[in-house]
This record gives sequence, C-alpha cells and structure tokens, in this order.
Amino acid sequence: MNQAEPRKPRASLGSSEGEDIFGTFDAGVARRFLSMLKPHRRSFAIAVVAVLASAASVVTIPALIGRAVDAAVARDGALLDRTLMVFGALVLVYSAAFFLEQWLSARLAQRVIFDIRRQMFEHFQDVSLSFMDKTHVGRIMARLQGDVNALQEFLESSTGAIGDLVMLIGIAAVLVSMDWKLGLLTLTVLPALIAIRAVWLPFSKTSFRDARDASSTANSALAENINGVRTVQESRREALNFELYREKALENFNAQAHASWMTQIMVPTVDILTGLAMAIVIVIGGNAVLSGRLEVGVMVAFIFYVQRFFDPVRMLSMQYTVMQRAMAAAHRIFEVLDVKVTIQDAPGAQALPADAATVEFRNVTFGYDPRRPILHDVSLKVNPREVVALVGPTGSGKTSIIALAHRFYEVDQGQVLVGGRDVREVTLDSLGRTIGMVLQEPFLFTGTIEENIRYNTEGASFEDIVAAAKAVAAHDFIMRLPGGYQTRLGQRGRNISMGQRQLISFARALVADPQILILDEATANIDSFTEQAIQKALKVLFAGRTCIVIAHRLATIRDADRIIVLQQGRILEQGPHEELMANGGLYARLYTSAHASFDDQAVATTGDAEFATRT
Amino acid sequence: MPRVLQRISALALRYPGRLALAVACSVGAAAASLTLPRLFGAGVDHAGALLKAGGAQAGQAQSALMGVALLVIAATVVRGLLTMTSGYLGEYVSQRVGYDLRLQYFQQLQRLSFGFHDRIHSGDLITRGMLDLEGARVFIQNGLMQSVSLVLLLGFSAWMMLSTDLVMGAIGLAFAPIAGWALARMGFLLRVTWLRVQELMAVLTLTMEENLQGIRVVRAFAGKRFEMAKFDKASLDALGYAYMRITLRFRAVSVMTVSFYGSMGLLLWYGGHKVVGGTMSVGRLTEFLTYMTLLQTPIRQIAMIFNAAARATSSGARVFEVLDLEPEIADAPGARPLAPTAGTLRFDKVGFSYAPGTKPALSDISFEVRAGETLGVVGAPGGGKSTIANLIPRFYDVSEGAITIDGQDIRDVTLESLRQYVGLVQQEAFLFDASVGHNVAYADPWAEDETIEGAARTAQIHDHIAGLPEGYETRVGERGVALSGGQRQRMSIARGVAPGPGLIIFDDSTAAIDAVTERRVREALAEATAAKATIIIAHRLSSLMHADQILVLDEGCIVERGRHAELVAAGGVYADLYDLQTRADAEAVLDETAA
Repeated sequence: MNQAEPRKPRASLGSSEGEDIFGTFDAGVARRFLSMLKPHRRSFAIAVVAVLASAASVVTIPALIGRAVDAAVARDGALLDRTLMVFGALVLVYSAAFFLEQWLSARLAQRVIFDIRRQMFEHFQDVSLSFMDKTHVGRIMARLQGDVNALQEFLESSTGAIGDLVMLIGIAAVLVSMDWKLGLLTLTVLPALIAIRAVWLPFSKTSFRDARDASSTANSALAENINGVRTVQESRREALNFELYREKALENFNAQAHASWMTQIMVPTVDILTGLAMAIVIVIGGNAVLSGRLEVGVMVAFIFYVQRFFDPVRMLSMQYTVMQRAMAAAHRIFEVLDVKVTIQDAPGAQALPADAATVEFRNVTFGYDPRRPILHDVSLKVNPREVVALVGPTGSGKTSIIALAHRFYEVDQGQVLVGGRDVREVTLDSLGRTIGMVLQEPFLFTGTIEENIRYNTEGASFEDIVAAAKAVAAHDFIMRLPGGYQTRLGQRGRNISMGQRQLISFARALVADPQILILDEATANIDSFTEQAIQKALKVLFAGRTCIVIAHRLATIRDADRIIVLQQGRILEQGPHEELMANGGLYARLYTSAHASFDDQAVATTGDAEFATRT
Repeated sequence: MPRVLQRISALALRYPGRLALAVACSVGAAAASLTLPRLFGAGVDHAGALLKAGGAQAGQAQSALMGVALLVIAATVVRGLLTMTSGYLGEYVSQRVGYDLRLQYFQQLQRLSFGFHDRIHSGDLITRGMLDLEGARVFIQNGLMQSVSLVLLLGFSAWMMLSTDLVMGAIGLAFAPIAGWALARMGFLLRVTWLRVQELMAVLTLTMEENLQGIRVVRAFAGKRFEMAKFDKASLDALGYAYMRITLRFRAVSVMTVSFYGSMGLLLWYGGHKVVGGTMSVGRLTEFLTYMTLLQTPIRQIAMIFNAAARATSSGARVFEVLDLEPEIADAPGARPLAPTAGTLRFDKVGFSYAPGTKPALSDISFEVRAGETLGVVGAPGGGKSTIANLIPRFYDVSEGAITIDGQDIRDVTLESLRQYVGLVQQEAFLFDASVGHNVAYADPWAEDETIEGAARTAQIHDHIAGLPEGYETRVGERGVALSGGQRQRMSIARGVAPGPGLIIFDDSTAAIDAVTERRVREALAEATAAKATIIIAHRLSSLMHADQILVLDEGCIVERGRHAELVAAGGVYADLYDLQTRADAEAVLDETAA
C-alpha cells in the first residue's frame, strides 16, 4: 500500500438526473402544446392580429421614411406633409398594436403557465399512490416549477416570433418589390447565414445541454446540503462539502461560460453578413442611382430595411433554441399528465350512505407488483362499531389491507366492500368522508394548529376544534404554546414533539368524524408520557365507530374486539386476545417475544417488501 | 441606484480587467455603429453627386462608392467582433459573480446556526439560492453591462446629433425626457411588484410541496377539493401580480415607443422642409434618420434593463438578507482548540430559552458526566431533553450558566474541535443521496474500511448492509434501497460512532428500533464507548436504566435525579413511569431474559 498518497475522502454531494433536455423536436408535442391555448382562443387571435398589424407597420415605416425623403428631394413640401401625416397615423397604429401584442402575449403566457401547473397539480391529486410512492417529491417539484417555468420564455416570445417571421417575409417582399434585382442581390446573404448556422447548431446543442446539466447538478447539491444542514454541522462536514460544492459550481461556471461563447460566436457572423448586404446596396444601389434606375429615396429605404432585416433573423435563431428547450420541457410535462389515473369514480358511481359502517374483503388478492402478490385470497368482515386489530410481522400485508379499504389501490382479484357496496362503485369523495385515517407518521401542514385540526372539515367551528383537542388530551399542551390554537407550526410541525403531532392528527380525525376509522398506530417516537394520553385518546376515537387498527401496542391489541393475525399475506388466525393466547399459535409467540411493541420484528422476512410510508 | 444594485455591481468590479475590457469593447462596438450613419450619409450623397454629375466624374464617384462600401464592411466586422468579445466577457463576469455568490451563500448556510434554520423553511432557502441568486446575477449583463453601453450609445449619438445640427439634434432627442419619466415610474412600481411576485411564488411552492409530501393525508381525508382551493388561492394571487407586472412594463414601453416615433416624425418634418428649402442635404437628413434607427434597439432594451434591475433589486435583497446575517454561534476571538484531559462534561446552572423573552426551555440545570460514565435523561415532551443534547455541541448557546469540558467553557474553544469531540445522534436520521458507505463515513470521510464496518457492526446494521446488492456501495434512497425507520436510525448511530468521539449523545435515537435489536445495539455500544462519557436520552426506560445517573426533566427543570433503583424507591415521577411501562409489558419483561 502506498501510504504517502493522500486518501480520497469517501464523500459526495448531490447528484444529477442526467436527462436529455434537448429531446428531438416532436410535432405531436408541439400540437398538444398548442391545444393548451384553446381556452384562450380569443386573446390569442387578437394577439395574432395585433402582431400582424405591428409587423406590417414596422415594415411600412421605413418605406414611408423613404417616401418622405423622396418628397424632400423632389422639393414637394405638400407631399412631405401628407406623407408625414400618414407616418403619424401609422405610428399610432403601430404603438397600439405593439402594446396589445406584447401585453396580451405576456399575459397569455402567464395564464397558460398557471393553467398547466394547475392541470399537473390536479393530476397529482388523482394519480395512484403507487406512482406517488415511486416518485420523489423533489422531482415532481422540478417538473411543476422548473419545466413549467421553462415554457414561460418560449410562450412570451412565441407571438413575437410570429411577428418576426411576418416581418422577415414582409421586408424581403418589400425589398424585392422596390427593386427586384437589388432586392434579390441583398438577400443572397441569407443562404450563407443558414449554412453557417447548420454547422454551428450541433456544437451549440451539446454545449447548451452541458450547461443545463451542470446547473441542475449544482442546484441539487445545494438543495441537499440545505435539507441536511443539521447533519452537516453535527458531522463538521462544512469544509469538505464546501470543497465538493465548489467543484460543482466551478464546473457549472465553465459550462456556462462555454455556452456563452457558443452563443456569442454567432454575433459577428450575423453582423458581418449585415455589413455585406449593406455594402451591396451601396455599391449596386449607388450605381443604379447613377444610371437613373433608382430613386435616392429607394436607396435610403433599402439601407433601412437591410438594417432591420437582420433583427428578426437574430431573434428567430434565438427563438429556435428557446423552442427546443421548451419542447423538451413540454415533453416532460405531458409525461406527467399522461400518467394514467387508475383509480377514479366509475361512471354512475353513487355516494355511500351516511351510515355505512362495515368493511368486508371477499377473496382479495393484491400486490403492488401484480406478479408478486402481497395479499393472497384474503376474506374478512368488520362489523359496525367493532374494533379490529391487525397484527403480523413486517411484510405480512397489514398496511395493504388498510390501503385497499380506502381504495388507495385497486385489488387484483376479489372485492372490497364498504357499507355493503363495492368500493369501485361508490364515489371516492364519499368513501373519503366515510373512512377516516390516521397515519403512522403524522403529517402537519404549515399553518396554525386550528387550521391543521380543521383541515378540510369546513363546517367545524372553533368550539368543535377545541372539543376534539380536549377529547384527545391535546388541549393542555396547545394552550401552553405561545399562541394557543393560533400557534403557527414550523416546517412539518418541527416546533412540537412527535407525540404532540400525533395527538393533533387524532384531533383532526375526530373533527372529521368518520363512520369508519383506520389507524396505523405509531410506535416510534412516542414517549411514555404521551403514550398514556394517546391510549386515552384512542378510546375516545374508537367510541361509536368501526375501527381497523394496525396495532403495535399491546394495550391496543388487548383492548380490541378481535385480533386478526397475518403472515405472508394470509390470515393465520383471528379472535379475541384470550382465545388466541390459549391457541398458542403465532400470536402467542409474537406476544411473548415482543417488548412493548409488535413493530419491526426480526421474525420471518417474506421478501415481499411492503410499501413504506415515505415522507 | 438602489443599494442592492450597487452591491451587485461591486461584486462585478472584483473582475476589473475583464469588466473594463468588456466595457471598452462595447464602447468600440458602439463607435463602429455610430460610423455607419456617417458612411450611409456619404454613400447617399455620393450617389446623389453621381446623379448630378452625369457620366463625367462617374469613375471617380464610383470608386468613392466602393470605398464607402468597404468601410461599411470594415465597420460591421469591427462591430461584430467587439460585440462578441464584450458579450462573452460580460457573461463571463456575470457567471463568475454567480459562482462567487453561490459559494458565499452555500458557506453562509453552513455557518448559520440551528436557530436560523429553525425559523426559515428549507424550501425558501433553496428558492433563494436558485432563483433569486440567478435574478441578481443576470443583472450584471442584462442590466449593468447593457446600461453602460446604452448610456454610451445614447450619449454618443446625442452628442453627434447635437454637434452636427443643434436644432435637428434637439428634435431627435425630444423623446428622452418623456421616456425617462415613464421608465422611472415603471422602475419604482416594478420593484414593489416583483417583490410580491417572488413572495407569492414562494407561497405557491410551499403549498404544492406540502401537498405532495402529505399526499396520504390528503387522500385519507378526501381533501382534493380543499387542496385545490388552497392551490387556486395561492396561484391566482401570484397570477394577479404577474399580470400587474406585465401591464406596468408594457404601458411604459408604449409611452416610450410613441414618444420615440413622435421625435422621428418631427425630425422628418423639420428636416424634410429644410431639404425642400435647400438648406440641408439629403445625406444629412439620412444621417440623422440613421442615428434615430440606431437608437431604436437600445430604447427597446431600456425597458428590459429596468425590468432586470427591478428583479435584481428584490432578488438581490433576498440573497443579501441571508448573507448579511451574523451567525449567532461562531468561534470567540482567540478561541483555542479544546484540550480534553479527563473527559468530564459539566453543566453549571445552565438556563436556556429559544428566543429572548419566551418561556425558558431549561433552567438551573447542573450535572457532571465523567469519562466512562453514562447519564440518562428522561422526561415529558417539551421538557428540554433535546435542548440539553443540542447545547453540548453548541448548536445553540446557553442563556445562563456555563457548559464546560474539562474546565474549558465550550464558548471559549473552537467549534471545529468541540464538535469533533462531541458526537450527537439525532432523533430524526437524515440520510444523504449517496452510498451507504458514504453515509456511515459522513463525519469521518477519511476513515479506514475497518472503522466504517466496525461502526456498522456496533449499530447492528453491518449484516444488513453486507446483504445489499452492492454492499457498502449501494445507494440510499429513491434510486437505491429503501430503509425502514429502524434501519435509518441504526445507520445514523453508525455514523455517530464512526469518528470515535470523546463524548457521545444519543437523542432518542433508538425509538424506531425494535426492542430486541435495541438491546444488542446497547450492548455493543457499551463496549465501544466504555471509556467515554455517554448521554442517553430516551423514553423507553430499558434504554437508560443502567445509567450511572438519571435525570428526570419536567418543564425544563430537573425534578429527580439518581440511579434507577434509587428513583424507583423514591416513588416519584420516574417510579410512576417505570410502573406504567412495566405494567404495559409485564409479560414481555419476563421474556426479556430469555430472548
């Protein structure tokens, strides 16, 4: 071993997605994208008319200037005045059209962006949880924000691009119509420009892509370091992480500088070609003037047009890059919108009656991956106001059962019935209001405690909320907080303890007052002091309701009317505590080996990994 | 110029050479641009002269025409190359400033203490570091550089126009004051609007992010309609301000356009009649008109510059707000590295509150832990257990009293040495998007393989890691393995143990680990940290009943202290708790010896 060589640290920071931002141009994507404009057809049409009007004015203005100069040369004061009156009128038309065009298209761009974002966001409310489980929130956010914003530039400039195109054609037409020989001669520089661009394009593409990659890599490193800043400081990784980040930032800097070089290199090309075109006008036009074939005014107009001709050329070539980037973003957006909504109201779905209180599984087989079922032919029935505890080792299918009852997923075989109705035949909304759920890891939103307890039970009064908080023994600690019920919770409720968060989530379920309550009992992070309160709170919660509990605490399990023991996706045994203990089966074994909790047992790893509640 | 813009400009001035060259090039490009009107005027006059002179001097005039044409080409070549150079250098400097700002921002966030990170949502910090920083950076080329060349171009042409013909020049420039007024008004209003837009976008981001993170709650409560209403409110608020920004901007642009063309029309009318009257050549008129067209593009850019400036002002303010904060916790002047001797930690009448004027989180806490001893801390939530853990590595500073290690006040030693000495395993284990090995070696990236494996063994996670598809090289998280809560905590314990700290604190870091595994972890730890001072914070009494001393906290005060047996005998809070826990698992305790 070479001891002298400094060891490389075992460290990295952030990662890149390495996606192809510059996907090939897809006409389908473009068409679909345009369909997003449909609801705003009228504004769009007005904008296009305005664009045409302003482009036409821009083309006409130099011609009028030329006329005015001609009138001056001809020493015709009256004609000059007349021409200038037209000029004035045209300027007003132009300004109005220009304002309308820019204002409308910018507004339209914003509107469409907000529409798209809303559409995507709404879609995420409907797509199956299996999709959400697989997809990192950070990545979804990148699409909701990054890709959607990438469209803004394109949308804002797209009507402008139409104008540029119109202007380009208009100017070319005017040039040719004023003097076709001189006009055509001037336009000969265009093919040269196109040829140069064709050579440049592949190089620039690579360079732009590198720049985009480098910047997303640097950003992801920053985001990760912010999210993990406490660990960073604990582990004194500041200096090393700074070095790692500096490398990424430097790579980003270099890539950006290179991309800028690629952009700038086209500037002199366009400029020099403009110069060439002007020189042609001066020499050829000048000679034409000499031979009397051309008015001086026409030559002046030519020079103006040539100068303006290259503006739209430059704009359009920029627009091309923007468009490519936008199409790549649109592609990623449609990818999201195309995720199938597998679980939705069936046609003619009916609302569950308000008193639906039973849950029944009939020969249910289910797996997150249908080839590897987690539940095998499970049948069970929970009666009104019965408390059933689900017990079993990790991977036995407990979580799947409660997820299916709420129709988070669709069964592969068999039927799930709530209140005697197949869950696929009732509306999701009524199902959600009938079944309440408390998750293992309480999730709280930024906002006040009152807002968190009320959540979407809009009819709940403040008194209802206080009553619920009192019932689950959360009232006292809430009142001890500086703002009482108006205390704002920090990011995910960081300013209160985990047990307190759980109590608030109980209060939330109580306010919603569902007929059926499903509870994934939390074991972790609850201290004994809160545990006592929680046990009492559970009794309040369970009263008068049908309950299915994934139970970890022995107290909860013992108090249940019935215990269902699962193993490897099958019901192994069921019955009240004493009965199961007397049977001496798996339950009895689990019960004696577990210390205060049935959770995370090292017993029987099935290989069928159950989904974890990732937050 | 607002102070924020001055600061951004000052950052660009760190690269004086490149900046000066960029400006010089843009001046040169502007100058080349300005020769064009003269050349065109000359060209037109030559053509006119040719026309008048007939064939006689045709050859001479023709070669003059050729000369003009060559000069035009030369001017555009020069202009093109200079524009390119200045464009590249401008972007270079701005990217360089972006790089500098990024590093500063990154470093600052690492330096700012927990108190700051408690207050500011991580999403907000990320937005500042990505969008706002970019908004400030682009001002250098879209604002600063552009305005330098714009001012020069405007100044030059104004001077040229005025010096060529005072009246004509004055007419041509008549639009400037009107445009200036429209711009100033817009600039002011835009700045306010941009700030609101950015704030509202942050709210929208937060709303979306929380919805997605809490999607299970949303689904469980059938909260789609409620969530959409929340989204729509945030979204429409932001859209309203975005609309306002657009209207402000284009209203000003229109005022500028109208006034500009008004000037042009007046110029044509006045100049045209002079030509009609024979007091001015057509070439002169053309020259003036060309100056005007030259101004056209920059005039359009002014609005963009003001927009960039308004954005940079509000964005820059958000970035600088973070950069300007003094970290509440930093090395004292003359701080020396901690020099541990016996390894004794002492709390001496420590009091602490998270914000001045609020209820103290801890008051009058005194205890001592010697090397080889274990201190257990229990208590109700909000009792101050985690606060004690966070005070020792100085994530917060005590408000009263002092914490010493071997007699050295922790505020007098360097943070680096203190945090190296103290290992803290937190309740919520944050794992990085990296391999398992990188995560375990997080606090000591230069550790030998044996050390890392040893730590993983102590935390009872080695076997699990070894069984992963790529062992220690397996990635954690989305693209790699999914770890359960208990496994994450064990990873975090391994990470805490790996660098071999002199003092180790476990802040409720075994809560998600099942009882059997936890005992194995505890036994392995007892062996690994036998000679060290250890603090165990837990709510499961079995985790800390073997401690040499146990503190029971309530509302920030020590209400009981002593050994397990003493406390149980005393019949206080601890005894109640013990009773509660043993009653809950009476049968299980029986089994514990057997397992």
